[in-house]
Amino acid sequence: MTGDETAIETVERVSGTGIPVRGNDIDTDQIIPARFLKVVTFDGLGQFAFHDVRFTDDDEPKDHPFNEDRFRNASVLVVNSNFGCGSSREHAPQALKRWGIDAVVGESFAEIFAGNCLALGVPTVTASAREIEALQDFVDENPDGEIEVDVADESVRYGAPNSEHHEIDATVDEAQRKALVEGVWDTTALMKSNAGAVTETARSLPYVEEAE
Amino acid sequence: MSEGTLYDKVWDRHKVTELPTGQDQLFVGLHLVHEVTSPQAFGMLRERGLDVAYPERTHATVDHIVPTDGRERPYEGAAEEMMAELEENVREAGIEFSSPDTGDQGIVHVVGPEQGLTQPGTTVVCGDSHTSTHGAMGALAFGIGTSQIRDVLATGTVAMEKKDVRRIRVTGELGDGVEAKDVILEIIRRLGTDGGVGYVYEYAGEAIENLGLEGRMSICNMSIEGGARAGYVNPDEKTYEWLEDTDAFRDDPEKFERLKPYWESIRSDEDAEYDDEVVIDGSALEPMVTWGTTPGQGVGVTEPIPAPEDLPEDKQDTARRAQEHMRVEPGETMAGYPIDVAFLGSCTNARLPDLRRAARVVAGREVHPDVRAMVVPGSQRVKAAAESEGLDQVFRDAGFDWRGAGCSMCLGMNDDQLEGDEASASSSNRNFVGRQGSKEGRTVLMNPQMVAAAAIEGEVTDVRELDERELPESASTDAEVAER
Ligand code: SF4
Repeated sequence: MTGDETAIETVERVSGTGIPVRGNDIDTDQIIPARFLKVVTFDGLGQFAFHDVRFTDDDEPKDHPFNEDRFRNASVLVVNSNFGCGSSREHAPQALKRWGIDAVVGESFAEIFAGNCLALGVPTVTASAREIEALQDFVDENPDGEIEVDVADESVRYGAPNSEHHEIDATVDEAQRKALVEGVWDTTALMKSNAGAVTETARSLPYVEEAE
Repeated sequence: MSEGTLYDKVWDRHKVTELPTGQDQLFVGLHLVHEVTSPQAFGMLRERGLDVAYPERTHATVDHIVPTDGRERPYEGAAEEMMAELEENVREAGIEFSSPDTGDQGIVHVVGPEQGLTQPGTTVVCGDSHTSTHGAMGALAFGIGTSQIRDVLATGTVAMEKKDVRRIRVTGELGDGVEAKDVILEIIRRLGTDGGVGYVYEYAGEAIENLGLEGRMSICNMSIEGGARAGYVNPDEKTYEWLEDTDAFRDDPEKFERLKPYWESIRSDEDAEYDDEVVIDGSALEPMVTWGTTPGQGVGVTEPIPAPEDLPEDKQDTARRAQEHMRVEPGETMAGYPIDVAFLGSCTNARLPDLRRAARVVAGREVHPDVRAMVVPGSQRVKAAAESEGLDQVFRDAGFDWRGAGCSMCLGMNDDQLEGDEASASSSNRNFVGRQGSKEGRTVLMNPQMVAAAAIEGEVTDVRELDERELPESASTDAEVAER
């Protein structure tokens, strides 16, 4: 079996307009409710992002940034703390990505969610509560304002057209930064190439039965 | 950085190499698979023309969407599609499958320990956040996403970053009506739903040591609700006794003796170093219930619900919204909160001792007329064992629905769901809005005896106020019942 040939893109920076989703502890059940998990591929999940907080039982749209026209083309999601907690479902970042999100900026992220984002090449960048709130306010007032998420540099720059830009000191988890910037976030190929070392590790473990 | 802990030792022994990202490539001892998070991963594998590298270290079951009654095939709708997809995938790859026909099916986190698949000193992964449960066996176990499932299927390894270790010592003796579930709800209330981010939790102290393996599983299970991706308890004699009686070792005492020294060797050293330590007085706890919509929003059953403004600033907003959703007022207690549904099930609390304790409360009583109550055993084996003790009869006599094994109303993916704004007393682990199938639904988390008490009284009830009943003769000794 040959290794994986897919060319892996590097993600050094992501830019685009923003969309704020406010609140702490937003769990993956909210990002994509369980009934939308009854699928064998991730295609088409985008329309269901945040479904139950966006629509009433009769499918009438509610107040939610994901329903607002002014944010329709946004690619940078700005959230608060512990975003993506709960279930490990990769359907959550898949739904966000398929809706159009290419980067998430927030105060903090649940670990499995951040890992799932990384596997899709979506950076999860953190900054202080104050900076995040200011950025959310900015996005609310300037839905067309350009945001640049610089993964390589660990910063986020934004500003209204023709005005001075503000730069936030942001943090990107070191492994995530390397993976994205060096284009090694697709780990399958990488790890497949170490098959010999894997066999050796297996052999050294008393509980692994010798494979024939 | 921690040193000499079980986590350090198991990590080091499973580390294959350091990857260019700075992450470690870890060897995976056991990969558990269920129907909902795996099909996309098998699909990705196919897309790339890769085979499953180690089918012999992989084990599958169905739990999330499988119906818990009416199990004739074909199942209805998507459940059949996902089941068929899994059957196809495991057949093609040669993966062992605890399907409903085998009598071994169940929630993946019940099945692994039950069959002795989960062993101390191993690494266990599954595309499910509650994989932390398996840490109760002294394993290093964590949930992974679908892309990581693909990695594990293709390479038998996973890329991970090493975390810090926080030891949580629970001292003293747990009081009446207080269980493992209450300990972990208290831990999460104290440390926060994100307090464990960046940590692995080691649970220790006499209150933990005194728990059976099932109780340890309830605690490790909810590590993830506290933000910790993994939690574990050091293996001890209880762990070894458990293992000796599982499929893995029952007929192979030699293997058991051969592995035992290894299990002993990976225990945390007496002088191990931890990155953080928290001590909790177990004897001070009372039965816990949640008043909100995160597992961290818990309170003792006789304690007042906190006012949002008395909570840390970053929790106030969530608390306000939660209280509005749950329709509770600060200052009141949860005792007396009317419930419509009692759900006794899930990978947190649907093992045999959980059902036994609940049955003691239920015996000779009747479910409140306004409550629909159900028991969903964690696995087909738990169900069979409970039936051989006559527990099913105790529950049925009281008016509980006695179901087949699966996740059921824990996440409402099959037909078992809350309707409208129903309130549920639930032994599961998540009270998120919408979790149990209805977005207006309200979930109150509690231990299994408390669920039983709520079912009987029709409202959240301090189980200590109900006198415990002896199980009727027929439930424990009557041979006729035992045979059924
Ligand atoms: S019982 Fe609930 S928490 Fe456990 S695996 Fe099933 S859905 Fe997840």
